[in-house]
Amino acid sequence: MADDQKSIYYTEGLPVPETPPPGEEPQPWEKTDVVGKPLPRVDAYERVSGTAVYPSDVVLPGMLYCAILRCPHPHARVKQVDTTAAEALPGVRAVIGPDTPEADLPWFFRDAKTALFPRTCRFEGEPVAAAAAETPYQAWDAAGAVQVDYEVMPYVADERRALESGSPRVHEGGNKLKTDTYSRGDVEKGFSEADVVLEQHYRTEAEVHTPLELHGCVANWDGDELTVWESTQGVYAVQSKIAGILGLPLSKVRVIGHYLGGGFGSKLRTSRYSIIAAVLARKTGRPVKAFVPREATYLTMGNRPPSNMTLKAGVKNDGTLTALKFSCLGTGGAYPAGGTSLVDWQIRELYLCPNVSTECTDVYINAGPARPFRAPGHPQCSWALEQMMDALAGAIKMDPVGLRLKNVPAYSQGRSGNPPYTTTGLSQCLSEGARKFGWEKARRRTAAKNPDSPIKRGVGMAASIWFVGGGGPPSTVIVKLFSDNSASLNMGASDIGTGTKTIMAMVAAEELGLEPEMIRIEHADTGTTQYATPSGGSKTVPTEAPAVRDAAIQVKRQLLKMAAEEMNLPVEDLRYRGEKIVSRSQPEKEIRITDIEGLQKRGVVMGVGHRGPNPENKTVNPFCVQFCEVEVDTNTGEMRILRFLSTNESGRVMNRLSFDSQVIGGVTMGIGLAATEMRILDTARTGKMVNRNWHDYKLPTSLDVPADIVSAPIEMPDAEANITGAKGLGEPVTIPTAAAVANAVYDATGMRILDSPINPLTLCSVLEQQNKEG
Amino acid sequence: MEQSNSKQERNKRRISRRSFMAGIGAGTVCVAASGHLFAAGDSQAAEKVLESDEMSKIRLHINGRSHQLLVEPRWSLLYVLREKIGLTGSKEGCGRGECGACTVLIDGIPRYACLTLAVEAEGTEITTVEGLMDGEKLGTVQQAFVEEDAFQCGYCTPGQIMSVEGLLRKNPAPSVEEIRTAVSGNLCRCGAYTHIFKAAEKAAESRRK
Repeated sequence: MADDQKSIYYTEGLPVPETPPPGEEPQPWEKTDVVGKPLPRVDAYERVSGTAVYPSDVVLPGMLYCAILRCPHPHARVKQVDTTAAEALPGVRAVIGPDTPEADLPWFFRDAKTALFPRTCRFEGEPVAAAAAETPYQAWDAAGAVQVDYEVMPYVADERRALESGSPRVHEGGNKLKTDTYSRGDVEKGFSEADVVLEQHYRTEAEVHTPLELHGCVANWDGDELTVWESTQGVYAVQSKIAGILGLPLSKVRVIGHYLGGGFGSKLRTSRYSIIAAVLARKTGRPVKAFVPREATYLTMGNRPPSNMTLKAGVKNDGTLTALKFSCLGTGGAYPAGGTSLVDWQIRELYLCPNVSTECTDVYINAGPARPFRAPGHPQCSWALEQMMDALAGAIKMDPVGLRLKNVPAYSQGRSGNPPYTTTGLSQCLSEGARKFGWEKARRRTAAKNPDSPIKRGVGMAASIWFVGGGGPPSTVIVKLFSDNSASLNMGASDIGTGTKTIMAMVAAEELGLEPEMIRIEHADTGTTQYATPSGGSKTVPTEAPAVRDAAIQVKRQLLKMAAEEMNLPVEDLRYRGEKIVSRSQPEKEIRITDIEGLQKRGVVMGVGHRGPNPENKTVNPFCVQFCEVEVDTNTGEMRILRFLSTNESGRVMNRLSFDSQVIGGVTMGIGLAATEMRILDTARTGKMVNRNWHDYKLPTSLDVPADIVSAPIEMPDAEANITGAKGLGEPVTIPTAAAVANAVYDATGMRILDSPINPLTLCSVLEQQNKEG
Repeated sequence: MEQSNSKQERNKRRISRRSFMAGIGAGTVCVAASGHLFAAGDSQAAEKVLESDEMSKIRLHINGRSHQLLVEPRWSLLYVLREKIGLTGSKEGCGRGECGACTVLIDGIPRYACLTLAVEAEGTEITTVEGLMDGEKLGTVQQAFVEEDAFQCGYCTPGQIMSVEGLLRKNPAPSVEEIRTAVSGNLCRCGAYTHIFKAAEKAAESRRK
């Protein structure tokens, strides 16, 4: 990149889109020169050199380290906390707990109120006390020296038993949080019209996010102003939570999150450690660093809830779906946390079906509260629906791709009023994906099995929709053009590793006719950057990119106006050409941007951009279809994933390089749900989580993923969605993965694995069952 | 218990996870596994036991420079690198030898800095991700990671880079399977593995030129 930079200070000849006059909406780009290219990240240098300062890298003069003592029981009353011994240890500067006046603060899980240090701990890992000391080692010594007298209470750790009579109660009101229902048409009538009706129970295990950077922050007071460096997906969300709990004006709380080492939804919300760090920092008059140890992140920093699903489906012999009936029992843990959020959405939405009913029951158990986890509810639902579609296709002897193609909707069936999609590439994803994967040939090949070999190959596929992904207001972005025609871009959004900053630089570059390297990004700081909602829901690009484009257009309009005055020409006659502004009628008349006196006098020209509204009565959604090939050793139960192809319709491809990175990342994470990940609670004896580390809770490693993961986007710039034509990508890409693997395993072995994960243990027990049944 | 009788031998000593665990097992304050307290040729000196807040003076060779500092015997090399020396390129993902975000080269071999005591690392050559730079210029592996977009959030990246660097120093033309194995101790939750394989291949190629 360095060599390129030398020649780009003033860009020559980079075409620039027409600048719409004030009051006129810009049209989507017809062709682009920067957007869509495979560009390395603007912050790649920082990330590979070690110079990027993640919140966990912040070291301030005089900084103390915080250690939080956590409840070791899934359900217990904290009778007494004695901090005397802890306070006397070397290096210890403060110890706080439920009896410390300044730490006597409320805490909320949605609308359920508890405390910073609750007297009743409803899940393992709730904070009981905290210490600040000169080194983390001393802080942990202190936390370990706090004497706590617990009254251990009965617990329930299995959501399937939470509603049994006599089950211990998580809350006084009982263990049922709610049941949500949905219906359209008449499912019983639908089943009676079907040629084939199948019913099956499915289960997906709870997954834990475990981003590589631990959850944590550094808190520092300057008088009555608090600054927090937080590993977060949304600095403004953290700011409002901290200010609310501590009773501070928003203006006095600055949250900075320039980098974060992964979140996947677990860093959308604020955690109690941030408040604890702020309290300890105020009490000691020193900056305090509070990072949660890995084991505690398993217990307290969220999870994808387990889902117990039953799906009954009816289909006609020609592939027409007649009815879908779905129920799910799930749990968000010990507090309201979306235990069954969106878990029925694909049933309602993905395929044409006139008769649908769903019922989702969310219960409490004594386990850590869930947090949104990359496409909440969707991969679970996909596990059930897409295995069912595969089984239906088999039953009516139709190709699984063909069955899906037969039932592609053009409008949203799950939303009231049935709004049409602005665009849907589901059909193209299905047919193009099948073609690029070589689906039909592969199916023929895997059908011809060698009965003498224990090694069986199979292919599988699955489709999906993400229920949002179009983004929307609010978003404000400022683009500043400096007098030398370089620019800075100021936005509040976080780049959670998806390449947001790079894409925004590309959008501004496209519009201003600059190279992206000429644009400096300021972001994710409530003290200095504009308001943004957290980066999640696959909405960051479709939310922020249009605001960036708008801000760049505002800059161009001002410069055109200045140029018109200085050139004594009407503004309508002028065109913005990147390095200069030229007259349409008299092409010899032109002015370099850097020669515009108004710009030179002011030093900068600033454009303020906003995210416009979404289209009315339409819905914006991304789609994804994936294909894979697996190999199963029926002797050992080992399964190898040989290749994957993901075809995504996410509107315009903004940066082909980071697009592909997100695709392979989503597939890799989906392989975790399919094959390696499960939270294990010791439901019978202690209620504790027994695999709270990366040895026992296995993430996909470099040995578990195929080197052959192909990203094959279906690019359909969505002119109605927003002025950049982009839709979200990060979540759709992980939704169908696990189901595609399960379907491939079925193709290989003839066995349906109904409960995740597909590991040698589950495969062997299913294969053994198969042998017994002959 | 490891014992070494000459400085030269000590320098060659390989730090093993077992020796680290033995150190912990003997009590948090006993640095039985550490070589630096042993007087040359006198194994009896190993009996010395430090108090928990007793600091010892050590010298670490990091990225070609020598750092003299006071450490508690229980401090990990990772803690000293990040919080005391300010080399925050090496990351902490777990602190217990599971993720590899803290991978550094010790005498050219990739090691987990979280499982290495600072006192254990004395007398070795430590290379962190910062040490691969030539001034502001990226090293070959770093450059390949940029070009192949071999990361997303970037937090595991320094560790991945050090594992690849260690591989390429030993094996200039690795196969994909060898690359896979080399980074199998480095977790990437963003799932960039396939791009990491490509970056490693590209780096190998660029070093051969």
